[in-house]
Amino acid sequence: MFGKRILFVMTAMLLAALVFTGCAAPAAAPGGGQAAPAGGEAAAPAGGGKLEVFSWWTSGGEAAALQALFDAYSAQYPDVEIINATVAGGGGSAARGVLQTRLAGGDVPDTWQVHPGFELIGQYVEPGYVEPVTDLYEAEGWNDVVPEALRTMMTKDGEIYQVTVGVHRGNGFWYNKQLLADNGIEVGDTLSVDEFITIADQLKAAGVTPLCVGDSGIWATAQLFENTLLGTIGPEAYNGLWNGATRFDDPGVKQAMETYGKMLEYQNEDHSALSWDQAVKKLMEGGCAFNSMGDWAYGEFVNAGLTDNVEFGWVSHPGTAGSFMIVADGFPIGKGSANPENARNWLKVIGSKEAQEAFNPLKGSICARTDCDRAKFGVYHNWSMDSFANDALVPSVVHGSAAPADFQQALNDAVTVFVVDKNVDAFANALVAAAQSSGFGQ
Amino acid sequence: MTATTDSAALRARPLDRRRWHLSEQAQTILLLLPSILALAVFIYVFISFTFWVSLSNWRTLKIDLTLREPLFATYAEMFAMARWQADLRNTFVFTIFFIAFAVTLGLTLAILLDRHLAGHNVFRNIFLFPYALSFVVTGVVWRWIFNPETGLNLLFEVLGINYLLTQAGMAPLKPGWITDPTVVAEVNGILAAVLPGVDAWQVKWGIPLAMIPVAIAATWQLSGFVMALYVGGMATISDEVREAARIDGASEFQVYRKVIIPMLRPVTISVVVILLHVSLKIFDLVYTMAGVGPGFATDVPAIFVFEQMFKATRYNLGSAAAIIMLVLVALVIVPYLASTLREDS
Repeated sequence: MFGKRILFVMTAMLLAALVFTGCAAPAAAPGGGQAAPAGGEAAAPAGGGKLEVFSWWTSGGEAAALQALFDAYSAQYPDVEIINATVAGGGGSAARGVLQTRLAGGDVPDTWQVHPGFELIGQYVEPGYVEPVTDLYEAEGWNDVVPEALRTMMTKDGEIYQVTVGVHRGNGFWYNKQLLADNGIEVGDTLSVDEFITIADQLKAAGVTPLCVGDSGIWATAQLFENTLLGTIGPEAYNGLWNGATRFDDPGVKQAMETYGKMLEYQNEDHSALSWDQAVKKLMEGGCAFNSMGDWAYGEFVNAGLTDNVEFGWVSHPGTAGSFMIVADGFPIGKGSANPENARNWLKVIGSKEAQEAFNPLKGSICARTDCDRAKFGVYHNWSMDSFANDALVPSVVHGSAAPADFQQALNDAVTVFVVDKNVDAFANALVAAAQSSGFGQ
Repeated sequence: MTATTDSAALRARPLDRRRWHLSEQAQTILLLLPSILALAVFIYVFISFTFWVSLSNWRTLKIDLTLREPLFATYAEMFAMARWQADLRNTFVFTIFFIAFAVTLGLTLAILLDRHLAGHNVFRNIFLFPYALSFVVTGVVWRWIFNPETGLNLLFEVLGINYLLTQAGMAPLKPGWITDPTVVAEVNGILAAVLPGVDAWQVKWGIPLAMIPVAIAATWQLSGFVMALYVGGMATISDEVREAARIDGASEFQVYRKVIIPMLRPVTISVVVILLHVSLKIFDLVYTMAGVGPGFATDVPAIFVFEQMFKATRYNLGSAAAIIMLVLVALVIVPYLASTLREDS
């Protein structure tokens, strides 16, 4: 009887202990992050303290590229301890949840990975989570080397809020050169929608799958639509979509939807079972001829040991030559973070030519500034740099730059349905409604 | 101060036993208090908060807890969404297939083990092993098995089934499995005759074929667990009962059909309730195995909650979905708890 009671008491205590350690853990985090008042008095003295960098760069090349930035920073500020706060998960799907929770809870990281455009302005600038860095741009002379269209995507009310470290081109159209040669097809410098459809019909007749899509993550096929949309209505009307100047039931947009639906007829049957990189792999293995993907796909070709312009080639997504779909990464300064001074120095470092020249070849992107040493980059990236310097720069909705997150989700959902029912009117109406609900459409 | 305590103690002396009683009661309350407080805060306060959020205007990263006009507008918005309608359908279909498969298979395995066939101890462990795996592992493995180009379909080729079919002039067997957006056995027309408002539904109510492979994977994982519960239940049925049945002339089949299975009714109820709440809340298996699927053929409410909250930052919409999930689970669990509590007292 006595033993039983002791057992009961111990169990109860143990459970209580478990419950309280369970709730203590998250509560302790803000304290551990040295929650500083918004003012600067708790800021670490220059040349010391810590710097917390929050990102979702965890895969091989990404982690190495991030390390190159850390090395550049440590070379100038050796006394600052860098806390590498990464949360794994492609496209930041898991990391963003953690970041949102931390921001809402007042545990602001010193700096974090962000896409320019809506994600920066709508999610972080408007709620007041970040500080302007306009003075840095002036002091460092970045206004002369960062293209204006990119700066505009990071600006609100005359203040600029982010330093972009690398730029991916989202409207790439990759092909298996050998497979096309076997079928007597050669692709020129550009490809129009009609040219693609002619080639695709030819391939289909020869029993070759023309287009590989890996949309188990639905964004990949949403990106195919986004690129097709840009290719059909052109950069000006495309940019108009995000300020209400172009409606989503515009005849041009509907024509883009028709074309997208037509392209889907050329895709591989197992598209919804593959991820984007598995689709690229399928292309490399000769399972299909083309794949529409941002230039992070280039890294897949290189890792597989294939040679530019020999085994694989690229053009702009059909109809999008002359445009550059920006998928860029950068960092802001967190307002009310523990070490704003160190974060400011971080931005200063990653905005520099040297750091970007070290970072981008590893990441597979190009510099966000136009004066980087071209010899440090391969054939593809030189091509991409030409496009970045000369073409119309447009924001990607799929990667969070063009529109609010709820519209991005609504687009993914509408595409999920369209892939099956191919109903253009329903697709257009869904997007019109989503744009209105999201607050930027007419 | 001391004087009053002394006199109080003096007066209380004859009631010593009762005082011990009281303090034991106080002890109990004291011991339970931390758990009760923790439960109150971390479950009920948070549920209430989630409910409030579901009624609010909070739809960006910036917290906005003002109430949305009209009240329950977010719920109305959600139920009008094709995706949410598909989610409800999928949960319903998944639940039915999953429970039917898992109970049938679990019970069959339990009966086979009950026959004490050779090696039944080894098999009992083998059948139980999948339960030790994480749903994520199961999801990834079965995703490859049901990949239309690399999985099960290759088996049809290798075994020559497709050769035979084509020889016989029939189409080769090449199902799309989790990539198949087809919805069969559509009942919208039938329901429209009975229920008002069916015309407004944006999805076909029927059986999304892609959901069946998912139910199979879930069955593979949980039927061992069901088996274990049934084996435990059968162990409590004494041999005399079976012998009595046999003496009365029952065949072995009849012993199970008429005696054992009816006596396992309490186990069956527990099994169904446990599987029901697993299937209503399922996330990881579906997310890793099939994702939202073509045309939302395999989307479930938990994925909806996750995506609306953390991808779309629609906190109000995600919370509304979470509340509906809670209500669905409560519809299953509360009657079960009520009936067990009644039995206990």
